[in-house]
Amino acid sequence: MAQRTATRPVQTADQPRRGLLRGGLSRTGGLWLLVLLVLAACALSTAVGTRSIGLGTVWQALTDSSLPGDDAIIVRELRVPRTLLGLLAGAALGISGALMQGHTRNPLGDPGLLGVTAGAAFAVVLAISLLGITSPSGYVWFAFAGALLGSVAVFAIGGSGRGGATPVSLALAGAALTALLFALVQALTIREQTTLDAFRFWIVGALAGRDLSIATQVAPFIVLGVVLAVVNAPALNTLSLGEDVARGLGQRIWLARATGLAATTLLTGAATAACGPIAFVGLVVPHVARAITGPDHRWLVPYAGLLGAVSLLVADVLGRVVARPGELQVGIVLAVVGTPFFVALVRRRRLAQL
Amino acid sequence: MTLTAPTRTPGTSARPRRALRVGPVSGAYRLRPLAVPLAVLAALVLACAVSLGRGDFPISVPEVLGALVGAGDDTQRFIVTELRAPRIVVGLLVGLALGVSGALIQTFARNPLASPDILGVTGGAAVGAVALIVLGGAGGAGAVLGGFGTPAAALLGALAAAALIFGLAWRKGIDGYRLVLVGVGLSAFAQALVNYLLTRSEITDAAAANVWISGSLHGRGWGQALPLALALLVLFPAALALTRVLGVLQFGDETARGLGIRVPLAQGTVVLVAVGLAAFAVAAAGPIQFVALVVPQIAVRLTGGSRPPLVASALLGALLLVLSDLVARTAFPETFPVGVVTAVVGAPYLLWLLVRGRRRSTL
Repeated sequence: MAQRTATRPVQTADQPRRGLLRGGLSRTGGLWLLVLLVLAACALSTAVGTRSIGLGTVWQALTDSSLPGDDAIIVRELRVPRTLLGLLAGAALGISGALMQGHTRNPLGDPGLLGVTAGAAFAVVLAISLLGITSPSGYVWFAFAGALLGSVAVFAIGGSGRGGATPVSLALAGAALTALLFALVQALTIREQTTLDAFRFWIVGALAGRDLSIATQVAPFIVLGVVLAVVNAPALNTLSLGEDVARGLGQRIWLARATGLAATTLLTGAATAACGPIAFVGLVVPHVARAITGPDHRWLVPYAGLLGAVSLLVADVLGRVVARPGELQVGIVLAVVGTPFFVALVRRRRLAQL
Repeated sequence: MTLTAPTRTPGTSARPRRALRVGPVSGAYRLRPLAVPLAVLAALVLACAVSLGRGDFPISVPEVLGALVGAGDDTQRFIVTELRAPRIVVGLLVGLALGVSGALIQTFARNPLASPDILGVTGGAAVGAVALIVLGGAGGAGAVLGGFGTPAAALLGALAAAALIFGLAWRKGIDGYRLVLVGVGLSAFAQALVNYLLTRSEITDAAAANVWISGSLHGRGWGQALPLALALLVLFPAALALTRVLGVLQFGDETARGLGIRVPLAQGTVVLVAVGLAAFAVAAAGPIQFVALVVPQIAVRLTGGSRPPLVASALLGALLLVLSDLVARTAFPETFPVGVVTAVVGAPYLLWLLVRGRRRSTL
């Protein structure tokens, strides 16, 4: 992919150069607004559900750990871990999508479609089938390892063809690897009904049924990934001028690429390990963020993180509301919302040249 | 007169054309495009005979042939004609349909990576069938697989998905890449729906649906073979009739228009025939992966033409499916659905194609 991007002009004429917000002051203001939105989404996520709990009770339950009653238990044991996990996973997916789209210059760069999901799914099925693990907290490390291997494989395959890593070759490498790994998953789940029974609830991608330990398990990886992403953002701006210019400006190309790849795999792998595969956040959110901030990655990364958190939490709440008294898993809600967006992107002109 | 010229440049006809003269009639033909289908046909007959004989109750090839024409003892006749033959015929027909469908779509999209599975047609079929199995709920695996409902639902789902993909990829004609990418997106969506439906069902229904979505010939009989055979009877000649149009479409939209082809109409017809074949095949046996993708590419390499040949692709598809089914039935201590075998064979081939980077140059 390296040689190809180097010869590219910086920006095509019909690409939007600027976002809605220009200037540091208004962008900082926008960031604070987003922080408020995240807090509101958190409040919503702790209060709304099969059993609605007033915000006052939520606050009491959080501040007074001795408060008795079902509501307090629900808030502390179920809603808070879930909200925390949504916050972490959403931010991770949004940021990793922004990084991946920036590095590959690929508007369809959603890490979830590029091998992470399939790798994680295969590893989880192996864990269930061979080792008999059936709880989300047991899957975490397997899913994480599988996700890392899957995404590295897709990039190696998609980038090794003659044209380098184009949108089409990456998408197809992802699709092919996904098909292969899911065939193996099928072979394992068909043999054992118990494996299928555990696996089918992991594969939809949900925040429900995860306790606090999962969030604390993956949190260090997500924090590390976010730090790497923030460090990587200025380098990514230089890289978007083309690799030759970036090299001329004193940028160490391989270091910037390696940092970016490490950050995306850490973030997506951790999020997938915690919640199961959640597609489309990493695809859609960076586009919305870019529409607001413009192409500067130093702003794009925090915006994408906050927007990702908001959208995952809101989608989760939506899933609890629409299918009462049951719930719709957050992965399904996001697929329903995200697919039209994906198709609209594909239909834009000059996609293959981006 | 060599058939494999060492330095072959595109555009020059390095393949020798032979002349055939019978009295006043004469024509040019090439040897390989004729010889390859015949060889594949012979291999297919042999594979069917072997497959009819292998299983829990082994029967030798001569005895199989005897049983087919009515000789041999009752047990052998029953096993061959009642148990194994219907399943193999369904596999044969599905392979034919998928081979032709893949060849049509790859020629049309000018992309060797396009196929009904990538385009989401099979994803739509999976949604339809799984929805019926899960929501219609009542029966266990036997009732569901033997019933008429699942194929119909799959057919409906496949056609709906095809219409959706076609409509969404349409922008003053169809661009091959846009078609593929829209298909990838919708496949992901269909997968999400299937996953969701699986969580909403009883575990026995989920297991039945899980077998169906991997593409299986288990328990298939004349009931599945008949609709597929009828569809092939209509659509295969239609595909053959499209050969000339396909050849012209290959030169690109503008040249095709210049040569007097109504491009949107031609594109629409090609996609319709291809999708129809894929939809009926999926309805009969479930989404069997990668046959439609791999077979046309093997066929084009064997015949040495400029694009996937329809007849050779059809026969090769049937051969691949019959052989895969034989492997799926007999190679392992427990039987696997045939789709698992074809995917494990086919996916590495697709990855290899990508690594070779022959995407633009092959077609």
